[in-house]
Amino acid sequence: MSRLLALVNSRYATGICRPIRIVLPAILLFSWLCAPSDLPADDSYAQTISAVQPKMVKIYGAGGIRGLEAYQSGLIISEKGHVLTVWSYVLDTEDVAVVLNDGRKFQAQLTGADPRLGIAILKIDLTETPHFARQASAEPEPGDRILAFSNLYGVATGNEPASVLHGTIAARTQLAARRGAFNTTYKGPVFILDAMTNNPGAAGGALTDHQGNLIGLLGKELRNAENEIWLNYAIPIAVLANSIDDLIAGRTPSQSSNADRKKPAQALNPTLLGFVLVPDVLDKTPAFVDNVRKGSVAEQMQLQPDDLILFANERLASTCKQLIEELSFIDRIDPVTLTIQRGQNLIDITLQIP
Amino acid sequence: MIQDHRRATNGIRHHCARLPGAPLLAAWLVVLWGLVSFAAELPPLVRNAEQERIRVIAKAKATAVCIFARGGHGGGSGVLISPDGFALTNYHVVKPAGNYMKCGMDDGKLYDAVLVGLDPTGDVALIKLLGRTDFPHATLTDSNRVRSGDWCFAVGNPFLLATDFQPTVTYGIVSGIHRYQPPAGTLLEYTDCIQTDASINPGNSGGPLFNAAGELIGVNGRGSFEKRGRVNVGVGYAISSNQLRNFLGYLKSGRIVDHATLGATVATSDDGRVVVSNILDSSDAYRRGLRYGDEIVAFSGRTINTVNEFKNVLGIYPKGWSVPLEYRRDGQEFEVVVRLMGVHSRRELLRKIQGPTAEQPQPNPAPKKPAPNQPDAPKRQPLPAPQIPAPQKLPPEITTLVQPREGYANYFFNLENQKRIWAANVQHGDFSNTKGQWLFSGALKAGGEFQIALEDSRLLAQFPSGPALVDTTLDLDQQTDPEDSGGLLAALHLWRRLLTSGPDKFGEMFYLGTAPTPSQPGLFDVLVGTYDVIQETRFLFDTANGKLVGMEMALNDDIDRCDITFSDFNMYKGLQIPHKIEVRHGSQLFATLEVTNFEIKSPTVKKP
Repeated sequence: MSRLLALVNSRYATGICRPIRIVLPAILLFSWLCAPSDLPADDSYAQTISAVQPKMVKIYGAGGIRGLEAYQSGLIISEKGHVLTVWSYVLDTEDVAVVLNDGRKFQAQLTGADPRLGIAILKIDLTETPHFARQASAEPEPGDRILAFSNLYGVATGNEPASVLHGTIAARTQLAARRGAFNTTYKGPVFILDAMTNNPGAAGGALTDHQGNLIGLLGKELRNAENEIWLNYAIPIAVLANSIDDLIAGRTPSQSSNADRKKPAQALNPTLLGFVLVPDVLDKTPAFVDNVRKGSVAEQMQLQPDDLILFANERLASTCKQLIEELSFIDRIDPVTLTIQRGQNLIDITLQIP
Repeated sequence: MIQDHRRATNGIRHHCARLPGAPLLAAWLVVLWGLVSFAAELPPLVRNAEQERIRVIAKAKATAVCIFARGGHGGGSGVLISPDGFALTNYHVVKPAGNYMKCGMDDGKLYDAVLVGLDPTGDVALIKLLGRTDFPHATLTDSNRVRSGDWCFAVGNPFLLATDFQPTVTYGIVSGIHRYQPPAGTLLEYTDCIQTDASINPGNSGGPLFNAAGELIGVNGRGSFEKRGRVNVGVGYAISSNQLRNFLGYLKSGRIVDHATLGATVATSDDGRVVVSNILDSSDAYRRGLRYGDEIVAFSGRTINTVNEFKNVLGIYPKGWSVPLEYRRDGQEFEVVVRLMGVHSRRELLRKIQGPTAEQPQPNPAPKKPAPNQPDAPKRQPLPAPQIPAPQKLPPEITTLVQPREGYANYFFNLENQKRIWAANVQHGDFSNTKGQWLFSGALKAGGEFQIALEDSRLLAQFPSGPALVDTTLDLDQQTDPEDSGGLLAALHLWRRLLTSGPDKFGEMFYLGTAPTPSQPGLFDVLVGTYDVIQETRFLFDTANGKLVGMEMALNDDIDRCDITFSDFNMYKGLQIPHKIEVRHGSQLFATLEVTNFEIKSPTVKKP
């Protein structure tokens, strides 16, 4: 019933406000006349949800200690088994498992990541699988009804379907508008939601319209540092679409093959640049700076301990091994631009040995 | 609706301000205002839907109960399920309230209520509101028909707001079905439960979750919180109505009821099958042939693919129920009916609910301030209720309705049911003066004739396979005659003893509740008796007319039960006598006795 009412509400609200420049009266009349006939015979979201669930996955990886859940959510974004999720510590392991809606379990490979958007693409060995379209059919607006699919709290395991929450888009805004309050590197547009969508494990879940079309990706947990209020938000799929396409197509610099690259006789390394990474003890030890040598070029360019290095010359270098490998392709006389995460900010620092 | 209208008109003003020319602007305004007013008239379909929702909520809301423990010691919610005042709630809500509480309702009135039954493992309690026989009540519907995405609404007493007794309604959708939420220890396990994003907060515990039609699909009682503090984060859980329906008959018995176990544990094998990882050789499942390594294929008619699916099925049944099980071994499938064991021993269950254990709900009725990063915060707890015990001095009018007894939530209701069942049964014949010899004769359906003679001191029978004899002055538990019957003569002795002596003089006896039996469809009122060394004999009464239509007796722990079905009742001197007696031993039919002659020898009547 309320879905029915909301449909009509939404039509009135948007139908009056937006297209006034064209033929508002006609639109109004049309929406009034059409609203009832568009209503589904079944008032439940059950059919929509049934159609979406095969596109949802559960992701298991690193974590499991100190309040860091070892799981998150993901959604299938191509028929070849590409999975869109958030880029997080859960993926900091070689052993990332993806469990489909039907319970099948796959070992996932990291196809690529875009730390600026906070997304990653995983690949599982799957073909002709149900998947979401990568382009939103229409730009959603505040007041539109949404469904949020995720494995929040890890409620679902094995073949159990993702949890579904309902609500509306409360606002579309820039996350950067809350700079300082939220600990996030992503500062683009977001949908603020009136449903409790962003719980532990929900990151990487799907935000859909009431017909099950993908309109956003549930982001990582964010709590306002000042008032401790948790933010329920999603990143519009339209914002992510190009990056997703590039990552799947392997078009990002970070994904270009090493086959054509040659290592110089004398390459860069952290020691030459004047910093020390944390001990490399994990499969994928994040490339945190442990120490910066006094008088070094790193110190001059204000690299700091606890900076997390993500890219070297725009190539993904987020683990200690990756960074050292990337630096080994750069001649010691050439500059290297390191993209680092410091707190909630992404910063580019260019280092060149004099 | 009003907000949308306002937003729309604000939008018009905003846009019109940019239109060139005042006359044109005025004309636009006139046209647009007319259209907005026109648009604000909702289509009948929408209006009717809205009215229907209002009607459904109003009707459902009237069945909700706001529970307040005496002395301000917290409370919660409940839902009425019968006109005579039976209401479901959570165990963790009534535990601090004790055996008597006050219940506010939507009519603005406050009612007394007493505790009836407890299911600590499933976190369910049954209470009875007093003072009316026409309480508005909800209908428990089939929760297996609930789908993820269905609209639903919760009604209750969040944060104990209902000081004016007006319950709070929160609307949402079903977020997931057949969810499994593990217990704390062995209590408060939520199996096969319904997950909803309707706001479930502390105080909603025990309250109803309705579907969009206002039918009761569950009882709310739990949420996932973790580091978000103990307020709703969109993840609430309700005990399914199907589980509640299974337990309701047991809860009405006034007992503290236990959940079931198969007597076997299961695990996922390397190739993803659910297999038996351990099994007790004392379990009925073992007797039915289940062994270590067998694959569980289906349980109670539901296909089993995961351990959670197995636990979900198991958790909705009370101890002692019989359910079908399909298992596979070496490619061959077996179908059996197994009787489920109890999760706890009687002592163990009492100890767990009496002692201050970790399994008790958190003693904090108020929501905590969200604490940052609580890695050790327990997950998925029941919503909190205070633990301060209420004083137990009862008002005089309540005293007669509360009867404490070890092992019972309220023994009063057990006695009431014993009296009810026996009064109904006596309508089919008063056997109290028929203590002479009972003689049956007739034919076995499988061929051959039989004779049975029952009297107090000895039991004699002649079957085609040979004679049978039981000396009732000796211990009965080893007298299994006739062979392969599981102790038919001993069972008939107990049957005759109950009919002639009544439940008061039979031995120790209690009302179990309503339960199924493998040999007959439906549920039966069950009296359980202990006599001599036979620990448990179940007598099954037709719930509609009180007629004794079956019994189940296990002579000892090492032998399968003797299950007897009585039917084809004919009148003999004012007594309804069964003329068809089906006897099963374990899963095998021992014999069907077709009685052609029945006689009670002297003395039929003893006059003082």
